Amino acid sequence: MNPPHWAARLLARFADPNTSEEVQGDLLEMYDHWVQTVGVARARRHYILNVFKLLRPFARDKKSREYSKTYLASPAMIRNYFKVALRNLTKNKGYSFINIGGLAAGMAVAMLIGLWIHDEFSFNKYHQNYDRVAKVMQTVTADGTKHYGEYMPAPLGNELRTHYGADFRYIVMSSFSGEHIVANGEKKFTRKGTYMSEEAPELFSLKMLSGTRSGLDEPYSIMLSESVAKVLFGNANPVGKIVRLDNAMNLKVTGVYEDLPYNTEFRDLTFIAPWDLYVATQSWVKSALDNAEWDNNSWQILAQLSPKADMAQVSEKIRHIKLKHSPQTAYLKPEVFLHPMEKWHLYSGWDSSGNINARIQYVWLFGIIGTFVLLLASINFMNLSTARSEKRAKEVGIRKAIGSLRGQLIGQFLSESLLVVACAFVLSIALVVLLLPAFNVLADKQIDFLWTNPLFWFAGIAFCLITGVISGSYPALYLSSFQPVKVLKGTFSLGRFAAVPRKVLVVLQFTVSITLIIGTIIVYRQIQHAKNRPIGYDRNGLITVNINTPELYNQYNVLRGSLLETGAAVEMSTSSTAPTQNSSNNGGFEWEGKDPNFKDNFCTVGVTHDFGKTVGWQFVGGRDFSRSFSTDSTGMVMNEAALKYMGYKQPAEMIGKYMKWNGVTYTVVGVIKDMLMDSPFEPVRPALFMVNYGWANVINIKLNPAMSARESLDKIESVFQKLSPGSPFDFKFADQQFATKFSTEERIARLASVFAALAVMISCLGLFGLASFTAEQRTKEIGIRKVLGATVPNLWALLSKDFVLLVIVSCAISIPLAWYFLNNWLLSYQYRTEISWWIFAVSTLGALVITLLTVSYQAIRAALLDPVKSLKTE
Amino acid sequence: MKRVFLGEFEEVVLLTVAILGENAYAVTVTQELERKTGRLVGFSSVHTTLQRMEQKGYLTSVMGGATAERGGRRKRFFVVTALGQKVLLEVKQVRDDLWNALPQSGFQLSKG
Repeated sequence: MNPPHWAARLLARFADPNTSEEVQGDLLEMYDHWVQTVGVARARRHYILNVFKLLRPFARDKKSREYSKTYLASPAMIRNYFKVALRNLTKNKGYSFINIGGLAAGMAVAMLIGLWIHDEFSFNKYHQNYDRVAKVMQTVTADGTKHYGEYMPAPLGNELRTHYGADFRYIVMSSFSGEHIVANGEKKFTRKGTYMSEEAPELFSLKMLSGTRSGLDEPYSIMLSESVAKVLFGNANPVGKIVRLDNAMNLKVTGVYEDLPYNTEFRDLTFIAPWDLYVATQSWVKSALDNAEWDNNSWQILAQLSPKADMAQVSEKIRHIKLKHSPQTAYLKPEVFLHPMEKWHLYSGWDSSGNINARIQYVWLFGIIGTFVLLLASINFMNLSTARSEKRAKEVGIRKAIGSLRGQLIGQFLSESLLVVACAFVLSIALVVLLLPAFNVLADKQIDFLWTNPLFWFAGIAFCLITGVISGSYPALYLSSFQPVKVLKGTFSLGRFAAVPRKVLVVLQFTVSITLIIGTIIVYRQIQHAKNRPIGYDRNGLITVNINTPELYNQYNVLRGSLLETGAAVEMSTSSTAPTQNSSNNGGFEWEGKDPNFKDNFCTVGVTHDFGKTVGWQFVGGRDFSRSFSTDSTGMVMNEAALKYMGYKQPAEMIGKYMKWNGVTYTVVGVIKDMLMDSPFEPVRPALFMVNYGWANVINIKLNPAMSARESLDKIESVFQKLSPGSPFDFKFADQQFATKFSTEERIARLASVFAALAVMISCLGLFGLASFTAEQRTKEIGIRKVLGATVPNLWALLSKDFVLLVIVSCAISIPLAWYFLNNWLLSYQYRTEISWWIFAVSTLGALVITLLTVSYQAIRAALLDPVKSLKTE
Repeated sequence: MKRVFLGEFEEVVLLTVAILGENAYAVTVTQELERKTGRLVGFSSVHTTLQRMEQKGYLTSVMGGATAERGGRRKRFFVVTALGQKVLLEVKQVRDDLWNALPQSGFQLSKG
């Protein structure tokens, strides 16, 4: 009859090792005694109870005057390990700084990128029905290219509601977000807002601060976001008060909702007005609905699926809905589909054959960069710790001679590297918290640190453990296998190939860094290339003012006259779109010699006689509009792209000819150089500019270059205030608007350059540490060489040669790699820069210079040492 | 001279070790105590008490030879040191003094 097995094991494992043997024996004897006196069951109970009482820390340790026995994880040994670890760290402050600092920097970069990616993936998750909401979108295919659009025809909404009602919970019609004037008495602001169907607040699951989500049911109502309510009404409760919209309508506030957070698609939805009001006040919308204009694609349609419906199935069901109602567009193969909310942010971009070409690629890019930077930092850390650990061979020898077991040494080295990694982790968290505000500005984000996210901590700690164990495993396993006799006698040597893994790691590091450098240069070149592109007009001193109040319509001559009179403006005109954007594409033009099968599609812009002089377009043939020709009131100017598109080569072939559109016959008076209105990365589209005073959305003003901008703007503002007292004077500089077209690319470039710089810095830190290590190792060799007559340059070359070789190998690997990836990236742009050979040359040279600078400090310092001193060491 | 303090349990354990002579180790001490006092004595408390008194120097211990019993594990035998004997005697002296000082009537009062 034996006592419980587990209790006996517990006792053997955790009792005070000094008395473990006799206690185990004694308890066994007591157990037999108990079995005889009180029975098996109680004996077992007694036994277990006594085992627990005898376990440390419940039982006292025996403080014997004899030598205590050793055992794993004894407090004295752990204290000793810590002491040795700390002494090692403080003894080599430089190394420790490079080691911990480099790893912390790498971790911080990885964390920032991780936070960024997390934010990208949590986009729009604020909406409770995240997984059931979709945009209704369509594709058309023309000339083999597929175009994606979210501009939808108005009758589609009712069609979906009536025929597919079972699949949808809500269908929300929406005008696109536009700038409107909201006013409360004298307080007037321009804010972005949208007209939407009354279910919109439910679909967005808006958090109501006052009022209810059914606020849009009344026709003359408006719902405000918290921030707009605050600027208009201060702290008073706005519900029931009146807001004047666009200086034309008085609307009752029926609700205030919490601002949509920064990482949502509709973050600038600062107010919502009812869709029915929009229909009632805008005749073109009303006619589009009444006449079922399936060809007029001007609105957004959002949908929330019913709980049972499946996104893909419903999407398939409605695929040919537009074709059915608009059979004349069959040649464009229009297809309607649902674009789910979870894909809005990262998967809203398609190339011409319908493959995803969207933000998700940047997420991948940064994910890869982050992984690499972290990898670089870890490699550094491993390199330095292994290089340093060889210096501790003697310590290992002595520990072994005194009686350390191999397991204990392994434990010591592993816990040491874990300690250092833990320090770096804490430091990196501090760094991230410090850098987050600056990073948010750089990345245009509002990211908070994920203090409470268990996944974040899990990932962080898992990474620490992995890095600590991997980087500690070399010294732990390798050094602990030394024979103490050899180490202590000094006959021990590491062998020729001990440094090979380290060299491989350095090559890997520099390959990544050089690839990042080349990538950054090419991204900047691409941006610069697009910026330097000829734009075909003069945007200096050009401002645009949106026409969004009734007073500004039909006052063209009054406005122009008084603006020119002030002397602040040299020219003024109106147009249907600002010169920095294009929002209208139309087909259906007819001209002499047109192929009847040619499905034409042009950018169409309505302008006035003075438009050309305002923007300063440049003619390649013909003349500008002029009031001295009465026929110019139906005049047209086209760009070179349009000329080519129609199949002509010389401007003279078109000038004086007629083009018919919507029943009006236009006379072509001139051909201009291509004016860049759309994306600077794409070719200029064929565009037609037609004189039309009624089709005006924007006022373009050319400021007087002789006057300061501030002064002219003040004067212009006073003119506007006189003519349209109800609206604030909001203007935009054309060059600033143009610059925003680069914002995505520039942001990516800035982020990439910051990360590349960090990667290079981390690599250099590692190199610096390794160089100083080799210099130190070869102190004696250098001393002897000096005695034999080597000069400082000799020695410098000797020490730098190895590293330069490694960097050249890295360049050889990274150049084809970088070329391959960046060539693919550039192919996604129609208007792109060339990858020229000098970029690679400059990167290689740069890497070599950086390497030499890093290594030289150590090399020269070692070469300058007095040989007498270096040979005297030991 | 400062008197040493000996707890009641310690005193009993020390005495038992002295009684058992050469065969005094934790198990025999526990069993002897159970027999003599008739109460259940915890093995772990005997063990710790023995350890503590060895630390104080009242006891000294020596490991016995390995035998076939108890899985071949050795026993730790305890012997009372000279200091231990002196302490025991002192405690006895104090007690005797106290008994002698006890007036006959007082004892009877407390008994009644």
